[in-house]
Amino acid sequence: MTRSFLLAAGVLLPASLLSLVVALAWGSVAIPLGELPRVLTGEASALHATLITELRLPRALAAFAAGGLLGVAGALMQVLLRNPLADPYVLGLSGGASVGALLAMLAGLSMFSVSAAAFAGAMLSTLIVFGLAHGTGSWTATRLLLTGVVVAAGWGALISFLLAVSPTAELPGMLYWLMGDVSHARHPGPAWGVLVFVVLAAMPLGRTLNVLARGPMQAAALGVSVRPVEWSIYIAASLITATAVTQVGAVGFVGLIVPHMLRLVFGNDQRVILPASALAGGILLTLADTLARTIIAPEQLPVGVITAMLGVPVFLFLLYRSR
Amino acid sequence: MSRADAHADALSVHEAPTADTLLATRDLVIDIPERADSSPLHLTVNPGQCWGILGPNGAGKSTLLHTLARLRPPRAGGIELTGQPLGSLSRPDLARRLGLVFQNHHDGFPATVLETALIGRHPYLRPWDIETREDVDAARAALATVDLDGMEGRQVDTLSGGERQRLALATVLTQDPQVLLLDEPTSQLDLHHQVSVLQRVREIAGGERRAAVMALHDVNLAARFCDHLLLMFPDGGACWGPTRSMLVPAALERLYNQALSVGEVDGHPVFLPRVE
Repeated sequence: MTRSFLLAAGVLLPASLLSLVVALAWGSVAIPLGELPRVLTGEASALHATLITELRLPRALAAFAAGGLLGVAGALMQVLLRNPLADPYVLGLSGGASVGALLAMLAGLSMFSVSAAAFAGAMLSTLIVFGLAHGTGSWTATRLLLTGVVVAAGWGALISFLLAVSPTAELPGMLYWLMGDVSHARHPGPAWGVLVFVVLAAMPLGRTLNVLARGPMQAAALGVSVRPVEWSIYIAASLITATAVTQVGAVGFVGLIVPHMLRLVFGNDQRVILPASALAGGILLTLADTLARTIIAPEQLPVGVITAMLGVPVFLFLLYRSR
Repeated sequence: MSRADAHADALSVHEAPTADTLLATRDLVIDIPERADSSPLHLTVNPGQCWGILGPNGAGKSTLLHTLARLRPPRAGGIELTGQPLGSLSRPDLARRLGLVFQNHHDGFPATVLETALIGRHPYLRPWDIETREDVDAARAALATVDLDGMEGRQVDTLSGGERQRLALATVLTQDPQVLLLDEPTSQLDLHHQVSVLQRVREIAGGERRAAVMALHDVNLAARFCDHLLLMFPDGGACWGPTRSMLVPAALERLYNQALSVGEVDGHPVFLPRVE
């Protein structure tokens, strides 16, 4: 465990820094690497300094935090549902968030209200799924998964309905939100707070999660209080997904492929996978966002398109290479 | 008194729990849905004892083991582990004293053989602790006793059914509990490993401070390796006591609803199904 932890830290920490540097330097106006330190010392040109401190840095930090949150949420959901195909959105979270956000956009509310409505929608979906899956019978991973998938389908229908009845002028903004869009993120502070807190809180639970991944009965026989741990994971994963969604919209794929790729490389010890998912998710979304705003600059692409385009080939390659 | 109770009392040998008793049940009725009538169990498992649970499919062997491990609540009665009510122990405390090998094993995610054996140390480690060399050595030693040494790096999903079953036993050996509960530990093993696994269980249970309780399907293995037997009848009746007094052909025939031929091999009674 110690070896893969050090290996993961040794690879991912420098890569995280590198991804942030790239995000600062690249863009419609390329900034030479030598110029970056001068921004700190105040010797850079006014244009470069403004570009970096007011636009690129907050955006890069927001993308990194949101990617990290989605990565951790995916890792937690996969253990909770004991299903490697689970992702942060599998329980209808993104659907609920999207409906909330689209309604706020239709009502012509500010970007802040759209984020708040997305958070509320995500939490509403969490409560619906949890309440229904809890129901009268037993609370099993399969039941929770099925409830989530069906609720997500319901949200999907509502989203299509909202798009169909929306004025044409609103549609591009809505579609960008649905595919993920970092361009409105200006205040990454809270997301970073949540990310650091969750990773620190989940680390000591890592071995318990390893045992829980073997099934609830086996975990209970090894001294795990299964129900409280499962509830905590569920609530934590929902909260951090909702936080990520309010920052960057419904970015798909990060939570599904990041923990999975890391498992293929570092093995399935949650004490390694959870912090590594935070870093790798952050790296993926930061790089994806950098590409999203440079490929067809000055126009921007939805970041979700890029995460999928980057993620799919890398994931398939790793899966093909694995035993 | 019900019919089931009347039958149980005819054969049962009741022992009162002593200060040394590891596991004791008081008027324990296990909760099997749709079954109205089960006879209450007053089992007393003392150090050095190896108990076998015999009964047909659906008689409640697994349910009893799960109840004894506090994985499901009983319908009535109580269970004491080393003199303390089972419900008063914390889960980790319980896991340090009592371990259970399940009949089925679910491996949701890829893991190696060594990692799987090593989770047996979980109840001994605090949240921030990392497995030490001693923990790894304990897991390796447990793997060696079930003939899985040299397979530490293998992925669990590449093991055969019997190897997976021996790995589950190695996990509980790594857990090192005082009371070992085993749910059909030999059901997928070849002849040699059936004997070597039961010998190993017998050795562990034969020590001064441990005991084992296992559900078995093979009457002859149970007769050979267990010193006490619990017979669980399909109608909810039960009787228990030292093996010698339980091996009554008429009772075993009623237990399995199967005519038996009785013989003697190497001085031990042997029961075979009689096929007309």
